[in-house]
Amino acid sequence: MADVKSILATDCGSTTTKAILIEKQRDEYRLVVRGEAPTTVEAPFDDVTVGVINAAREVEELAGRRILDEQGHIIIRKDSAEGEGVDLYLSTSSAGGGLQMTVAGVVKAMSAESAERAALGAGAIIIDVIAVDDGRKDYEKVRRIRELRPDMILCSGGTDGGTVKHLVELAEMIVSADPKPRLGIGVRLPVIYAGNKDAREAVKEVLDERVDLRIVDNLRPTLDRENLGPAREAIHELFLQHVMQQAPGYSKLSKWVSSGIMSTPNAVGKIIQTVAEQMQIDVLAADIGGATTDVFSVFGGTYNRTVSANLGMSYSICNVLAEAGTANISRWAPFDVNEAELRNALRNKMIRPTTIPQTMRDLRIEQAVAREALRLAFEHHKTLARSLKGVQTIRTVGDMMEQTETGRTLVDLMSLSMIIGSGGVLSHAPRRTEAAYMMLDAYQPEGVTMLAVDSIFMMPQLGVLSSVHPEAAAQVFERDCLIKLGSVIAPVGKMKPGEIACSVTIDGVSHNVPFGSLELVPLGPGETRQAAIKPGGKMDIGAGRGRELSAKIEGGAVGVIIDCRGRPLMLPENGPARIEKLREWHAALGLEVQ
Amino acid sequence: MGTAYTPGLKVSPGTVIRKQRRLPLKGKVLVGVGDRVAADTVVARTDIPGIIQTVKVAEILGLEPHEAVAALQVKEGEEVAAGQILAETRSFFGLLRSECKTPFTGTVELISHATGHVGIRLPSKPVEVSAYINGTVAEVMEDEGVVVETYGALVQGIFGVGGERMGKLAMGVDSPEAVLTDDCIKDEHAEAVVIGGAGVTLAALRKAAGIGVRGVVVGAIVDTDLVAYLGHDIGVAITGHEDIPTTLILTEGFGSLAMAARTFALLKSLEGRDVSINGATQIRAGVIRPEIIAPLDVRPDELKEWTQGQVLDVGTHIRVIREPHFGRLGEVTKLPPEPVRIESGAVVRVLEAKLADGQTVIVPRANVEIIEG
Repeated sequence: MADVKSILATDCGSTTTKAILIEKQRDEYRLVVRGEAPTTVEAPFDDVTVGVINAAREVEELAGRRILDEQGHIIIRKDSAEGEGVDLYLSTSSAGGGLQMTVAGVVKAMSAESAERAALGAGAIIIDVIAVDDGRKDYEKVRRIRELRPDMILCSGGTDGGTVKHLVELAEMIVSADPKPRLGIGVRLPVIYAGNKDAREAVKEVLDERVDLRIVDNLRPTLDRENLGPAREAIHELFLQHVMQQAPGYSKLSKWVSSGIMSTPNAVGKIIQTVAEQMQIDVLAADIGGATTDVFSVFGGTYNRTVSANLGMSYSICNVLAEAGTANISRWAPFDVNEAELRNALRNKMIRPTTIPQTMRDLRIEQAVAREALRLAFEHHKTLARSLKGVQTIRTVGDMMEQTETGRTLVDLMSLSMIIGSGGVLSHAPRRTEAAYMMLDAYQPEGVTMLAVDSIFMMPQLGVLSSVHPEAAAQVFERDCLIKLGSVIAPVGKMKPGEIACSVTIDGVSHNVPFGSLELVPLGPGETRQAAIKPGGKMDIGAGRGRELSAKIEGGAVGVIIDCRGRPLMLPENGPARIEKLREWHAALGLEVQ
Repeated sequence: MGTAYTPGLKVSPGTVIRKQRRLPLKGKVLVGVGDRVAADTVVARTDIPGIIQTVKVAEILGLEPHEAVAALQVKEGEEVAAGQILAETRSFFGLLRSECKTPFTGTVELISHATGHVGIRLPSKPVEVSAYINGTVAEVMEDEGVVVETYGALVQGIFGVGGERMGKLAMGVDSPEAVLTDDCIKDEHAEAVVIGGAGVTLAALRKAAGIGVRGVVVGAIVDTDLVAYLGHDIGVAITGHEDIPTTLILTEGFGSLAMAARTFALLKSLEGRDVSINGATQIRAGVIRPEIIAPLDVRPDELKEWTQGQVLDVGTHIRVIREPHFGRLGEVTKLPPEPVRIESGAVVRVLEAKLADGQTVIVPRANVEIIEG
């Protein structure tokens, strides 16, 4: 890949196709220009490549050089001729509803959950999780499988050498439903079997000839081990062979690309994993869109992704209202909110999704909704990103005292080094401080954590690039994609209001921040300092209760935020007191209230 | 010029309307091209295969799977009736008898040697598709359905709940600003589609549902009243399958919003006519909006054809669709080309408009919709 000088990458989203042009300038890869055009998977075009060409045409015009030939095809350089064309063309896609899957397992909290993790990690939207013990009657499950029409089913269960009977039952259930895939008439539904290897033949007997069956290694070969790789690869392969071939224009697009088309969330997951690996850190990333919120994390080297399919800022905004409730949304507003006014306003946003807040009050309400959407999606993520359930571990007396258990979440906010926010409400917040503040409230990071936003949402394109040219992907990610907002210093614990919760010394200046307060310390992008952080009382900044920590902190578009509001963050229950506190915090961050 | 939010809603006194009527599975089409159909004419029919119900024979008889299969008295493909013996075992020289009967009527489709289960496919259920609108069959999709075509008035709403209904159109109020209250709902509105103005009260909706009103069309509704009427909250904007007796269609939005004067006038001109309505709404890729269709015998000449303007220009009539001037009507007076910083701090493209009360305001272009001039 040493000769790659120019790369075009597109992301075909459900509404917009985004193209970026990356070029090698001296010794480093940089983003040159970006273009976009409406996605064209629906009538009258019914061909995704029309949108791709239009987006590439914009890139061509902005870059001032030829990328498309007379037929409108992307020119791939065969020799070292420079001036026109690109060396690599890559693409991701989530158009046409993305990849929709049903997963099945024997035990809900074990194999079905592992199957869910495998499918989510491969970029799917899970439309149902079926398990022998999920509490529904067989006919109800059969009806659900039939009604939902997934793109494919992942069937798992049983450790190798374990149950066979339950797996045959699951296979029989799939046959009973006789499901038809969402796309393509007369096409057999792809089913991936990733369960007990001893049940393969029996399952094959039931399913073969009736569905398009693929058999891969068991995704939970023993209770204490997950092996999600083979199932994820099979999902990706079937996504390319089946779903992509049925979607309009994709068979054409797949001939243009230099490497397989990747589903958008799968690509974002790849770049997050690359970042975590290269920087040797724990990372959390969220992409909040109009309809869904995706959460990605790498903790202790384990990658997880979840998608909250109905938590978003426009189409799904009323589902945030339904799940969070009006009280939880209004608690973040630094003024009184009338419940009826809030409900009608969110409904009107749902039916006219492209409108934007004009007044400061309206903006604050929308950002309050975003906090709840991010929080709920994160809660969902925590429940799935966890250690394996059902594993017998040798526990010491100390473990028992700490009440640790199998199946606990892997999300450890204290070890988390970076949170990356993406999606319109975060990336395009009128002020960067607002993006930092929303993430601070929704995630409540602990210890020292860097907050960042994705400047123009190019993580999907960089994700697919990282699979063929990790160096170029990492350089563009660091220099052009990521906007660092600054480090957050947040001690954990509780104290009396007004007592000094944390003392942070930077450049010889001490910032003594009382409990219940926020302080913003100016520090610009790229500037780093060694800070001495001394928590007050029994507060913990990561070195233990009351213990001092010396940590490297970094500035950014916002600066360094010292958050001494306590963890968990408790807002005053009394309305006027809560509003007063919120106004104080807004002022500390230099934000207007309304 | 510039772009504004246009939901693409059609409000037309006369247009050609084509409706695809498709079966969920392949079946039989009952009409031919050129046939005249009424809204309730069945145009296609099919049988949806029943689901398979499992009888756990091995477990019921306390046998190993292979023993259960050996004890079966039925074969795959055989029809069975509820109460029929599926398997029988005898022990102690035939003195003790155990039997397993099927609780279901259907066809034996699956005999599992691995589990000792018998799968019985329940009888299929007939499914019919009606024409939905009075019109003519324009196209037949072999084994799948038809396209019915009519000439008529078409009003698309912005949001609705409830499915397809037919009835005669009746006016419940006499102005687009009036709220449809329970006093406005009369006994003679049974089986009708009732038109209101700026809103509808919960009591009116409940009364309408109680006397069998087929549909209610109004400008807006207060969100909590909608939730109370449905009995549940709406999370995602995909509707049409609610189990409610009266379909509800909103032409403007939530809160209290007068119905657009021309929409109201058009609906009023259709009083007494047969209309077909559907509340189904989907606000995502492949947008579906609720609709009111009134097939007409002849093209009316008292109303001229309206087309919804898509281009924003000085003089264009607009409605503001977000606070702080939500619901207000006005006329574009300036279209500054450069993005402007608005109160929220965002830098966006805006327009200047003169509202109906004479006030001049600046509004983001994304926050207006174009209305017919």
